[in-house]
Amino acid sequence: MSLEITLGPLLFNWPAADIAGFYERMAHEPLVRRIYLGEVVCGKREPLAAATLLGAADLLRDAGKEVVWSTLGLISTPRDRRLLRGVAEQDGWLLELNDLAALSLLPNCHPFVAGPLLNIYNGSAAQILVDRGCERLCANIELSLAAIGEIHRACPDLEIEVFGFGRLPLALSARCYHARQAGLSKDTCRFVCDRDPDGQAVQTLEGASFLSINGIQTLSHGVHTVAASPGELQAAGVRAVRLSPHACDMSGVIAAYGRYFESGDRGRLLAQLLACDLPGPLVDGYLGGAAGMRPAVAL
Amino acid sequence: MGSIELVCPAGSPAMLEAAIEAGADSVYCGLRDETNARNFPGLNFDATELTRAVDFAHRKGSNVLVAINTFARAGGEDRWRASVKTAINAGADAIIAADLAVLAHVRQLSSAVRLHLSVQAAANTPEAIRFYVETFGVRRVVVPRVMSAAEIADLIKESSAEIEAFVFGGLCVMTEGRCALSSYVSGQSPNLSGVCSPPEAVSFERTSEGMISRLAGLALDKTPTGATAGYPTLCKGRFATDGDATYLFEEPTSLNAMGLLASLRDAGVKAVKIEGRQRGKAYVARVTRAFRKAIDALDRGESTAPYEHMLTDLAEGGRETEGAYNKRWR
Repeated sequence: MSLEITLGPLLFNWPAADIAGFYERMAHEPLVRRIYLGEVVCGKREPLAAATLLGAADLLRDAGKEVVWSTLGLISTPRDRRLLRGVAEQDGWLLELNDLAALSLLPNCHPFVAGPLLNIYNGSAAQILVDRGCERLCANIELSLAAIGEIHRACPDLEIEVFGFGRLPLALSARCYHARQAGLSKDTCRFVCDRDPDGQAVQTLEGASFLSINGIQTLSHGVHTVAASPGELQAAGVRAVRLSPHACDMSGVIAAYGRYFESGDRGRLLAQLLACDLPGPLVDGYLGGAAGMRPAVAL
Repeated sequence: MGSIELVCPAGSPAMLEAAIEAGADSVYCGLRDETNARNFPGLNFDATELTRAVDFAHRKGSNVLVAINTFARAGGEDRWRASVKTAINAGADAIIAADLAVLAHVRQLSSAVRLHLSVQAAANTPEAIRFYVETFGVRRVVVPRVMSAAEIADLIKESSAEIEAFVFGGLCVMTEGRCALSSYVSGQSPNLSGVCSPPEAVSFERTSEGMISRLAGLALDKTPTGATAGYPTLCKGRFATDGDATYLFEEPTSLNAMGLLASLRDAGVKAVKIEGRQRGKAYVARVTRAFRKAIDALDRGESTAPYEHMLTDLAEGGRETEGAYNKRWR
């Protein structure tokens, strides 16, 4: 069985029209089977995008896609809690949990996906989630492929997905850096994060770009890609590879991964990705157990 | 013990004794390996030292809380299981853990030993706390340093576990346990390996304009000649987005919430925690003594004001903050 391509939740604050247009295009991508929707980063943004995302969900389902609803990564206000409760009470949605708080709201053994923002680092921890209904784990970005293989050995029936393309979601904070940067507070942020459809680049004192900020989230500046052959991924139990939406040529990105999973030609994958107007250089360290910012090179 | 439990760091047996002699109600420490989140060379306890430390603490009427608070390495879980066993055999009064696997293993070995949820688990809602209480019988939760005093008070109203809050020391800017900045740059991080901005990746470069602090080669800060260069922790560096470089994530300040002890106590905070297992005996003795005096004053119905500036020179860059407790940026 070939590796499945999934589309992760949109991490950025795009205008509603752009979100709608993006998912209309994705509905016609035959290589994408599963699409994660939902606001993962900031509870304040959720009301802005909710109607558009619900519309997209209908559209995508009608196009034969499997839609999974992703929950907030950091629940920090009463509003966030209400939002989580509302999502947990929806019937008929498969949820991706990004904070374990949701587990106390779901009935025991209710099926769910464990998101990459959860701290599941080993097979014993994964097994506890499996016992609670977890069907699929999107591995934490820090995990090496060797570690993922160990989790697979411990939980052979657990579907494993890896974060395979995009700026890496590195950190969450209670503070909003876009607001801080603009001299605003979180409560009066004026949603200034909408200026940066891929996050705002952060440079060191010597001008090296290495991080980007996206509201309360810090991402890598580099664009992560998988440093493993399709065979190696499958041998470690990986069933699906997640592409994280960016304002670049996502159809080109999807096509590049589709070809890679057929051919295993990594040089071609990197070359095709570089032609997709990426927001930063390609990096690929994590799966090999190295620093995440290691530049990606063809093997 | 007073109205609020004083929990102090012990990076070594000598530090543990110093903390207890200075008035700590409890000390927390870790074993000398990657199972604890201060896995720095020269720190921590072996099994024999831990047993002796527990005996010493119990003779003095204090508790020892053992931090096994990193996430077990896939395929290497035995090391974390061994640490749990060592802590229980040594007579630890509680185990501080974050990983689901470690929490479950503690419960498999003992239904009696107290479990405290490490700040690395970042449980900051009643729902998250309920999950850990119902699943593992967690008795206490150490709350993230990004919560305000008002948020902690609200949390306590609905919490099914005791709440412990940090009041002094280094400040994580990101939510603890939800940060991979360090591994992105260096390959090592708190969750993966128990270290943040690892010492072997640090370098200092002297230039004509001053000292450049680097982590894995990246310039994180520049200090004028003659000034003290800080440790290059990623989130406390100076970075630029548009033009001028600023402390984008956080000023390099230290937490000192002594002035908030009364409101934390009134909110129902059960224990307050001092950060700094890596800081040594003299540090822990001074900080513990100051907080002991402040808590005792509080319990006599007096003000903590006379003690509030006793520790300023210990702060990072000499600057203190009440951290997120009085959130001006909210």
